[in-house]
Amino acid sequence: MKENIVIIGGGIAGMETAAQLLDLGYKPIIIEKSDHLGGHVADWNRLFPDMSPAADVVRSLASRVSGANIFLNTEISFINKLKDSYNIMLSNGISIVTRIIVMATGFALFDASKKEEYGYGVYDQVMTNKDLEHWFNTGEDPRINDSAMNAVGFVHCVGSRDEKARNTQCSKVCCITAVKQAIELKQKFPDAMIYCFYMDLRMFGKKYEDFYIGAQRDYGIRFIRGRVSEVSENIDGRVIVKAEDTLSGKPVKATLDLLVLMSGMVCSQDSTKVANMARLPIDTDGFLKSRDNVMDIIESPKEGVFYAGACTGPKTVPETLAEARAAALKVHLFIKGLE
Amino acid sequence: MDFGFKLSPSSAINLDNVNPDKFEELHRAEPDVYKCMACGSCTSTCPAGRYSGMSIRKVILALQRGKEKEAVAMMKNCMLCGKCSMVCPRGINTRHLILSICRIYEEERK
Ligand SMILES: Cc1cc2nc3c(=O)[nH]c(=O)nc-3n(C[C@H](O)[C@H](O)[C@H](O)COP(=O)(O)OP(=O)(O)OC[C@H]3O[C@@H](n4cnc5c(N)ncnc54)[C@H](O)[C@@H]3O)c2cc1C
Ligand code: SF4
Ligand code: SF4
Ligand code: SF4
Repeated sequence: MKENIVIIGGGIAGMETAAQLLDLGYKPIIIEKSDHLGGHVADWNRLFPDMSPAADVVRSLASRVSGANIFLNTEISFINKLKDSYNIMLSNGISIVTRIIVMATGFALFDASKKEEYGYGVYDQVMTNKDLEHWFNTGEDPRINDSAMNAVGFVHCVGSRDEKARNTQCSKVCCITAVKQAIELKQKFPDAMIYCFYMDLRMFGKKYEDFYIGAQRDYGIRFIRGRVSEVSENIDGRVIVKAEDTLSGKPVKATLDLLVLMSGMVCSQDSTKVANMARLPIDTDGFLKSRDNVMDIIESPKEGVFYAGACTGPKTVPETLAEARAAALKVHLFIKGLE
Repeated sequence: MDFGFKLSPSSAINLDNVNPDKFEELHRAEPDVYKCMACGSCTSTCPAGRYSGMSIRKVILALQRGKEKEAVAMMKNCMLCGKCSMVCPRGINTRHLILSICRIYEEERK
């Protein structure tokens, strides 16, 4: 049982992997670069499809990993390949020799300011999906003015399905996130008109289509099929969006009090940096490359290096947790094989 | 005055100018109207569609885009045969919807 297990990334993928390994009797090490565990889920408010509090997920995982060795505010300085193991040097000066690494480095949110035509960081009333979750959590954001929320727009596929943004992938979670956030805003501002500008609605998961029907029937969210091409600001600081209503084949225009950009999921720089140190390959979609995308998604091509969660591509919370459990089992079997 | 050319009115939709009141009334009469997902099943099966351009999908859309007159004009060709309600995957009672539109958009039919 003295085999070291290094989990890089303390998001839900890293935490769930650690929790399972603890249950199996191991004492894994979690390396997290930020000052808290939970990764992106720690920034969300309520989770689709059942609107369960994100904080509960993080809290319960945190209590299950309390027995692990956790290094917060810690990064990987370098990784040396030894004969049949790795020497990992941490930014706090500690070095660990291990035969097992679990990459749980997650994703990064696409930087919406790169899509200049949407005016993020330029126009006052433009925010991202992440900013909106922050407002749900704290109630603080100068862009949301309780007394003037008459019309709100959501822009799907920001930095996804976009060759020019160098990300041709569908980020998968943002359609359902837009529908979820649209409903939540409508609950707070029942008189507001809420539009979703989409290209396709990708409601792939359990109960997502019901969520969509509910958004239409019970909340009157208006879905407009057409990609927003251009955003401008008028003299009172409201934003004007232009798109084509492709269902009627006519250009459409609307003046809005708030525009929410659905930033997509891309591979994080922190992920690729560590992957380079450990000489792990990158797949054509920019995420870490698995041994096989059908049979071995959680195994890297390197012996003893495993993946869990969104470091290999966009995933939901339940998908991430399932992979983390599978990765823990792989680690366990790998150690058994060494004995 | 004759300039030698004519300008057609803009076909652009300005959502700021759409008055939602009647559509809200329609929604109260037939709540499922919001559920249309623009799949087009109704249009492809409509016996009137081929000859007249009637499409329940387009009617629902036009009413939400402030093109009430266009929508109501299209509906003149409906024979109320009910085939569209048989194929609608969202289970919209299109017959009741059509009758409700006729009642609520009485003005626009003139
Ligand atoms: C706007 C939005 C809303 C969402 N809402 C939902 C929802 O309601 N329901 C749902 O099922 N899913 C939702 N998701 C998806 C969910 O966020 C992901 O499934 C989840 O975050 C994936 O977890 P992860 O641990 O793989 O990655 P992350 O959450 O990205 O965590 C990775 C962690 O690793 C750390 N890390 C990265 N690199 C290093 C390094 N080199 N060294 C040390 N630490 C490192 C990071 O700091 C971070 O803490 C949403 C996604 C988005 C974008
Ligand atoms: S999930 Fe929806 S919004 Fe996100 S990239 Fe895919 S199609 Fe676009
Ligand atoms: S009821 Fe009217 S719209 Fe429906 S299929 Fe028959 S003719 Fe077409
Ligand atoms: S069949 Fe039903 S859901 Fe499909 S376009 Fe017609 S009314 Fe809408």
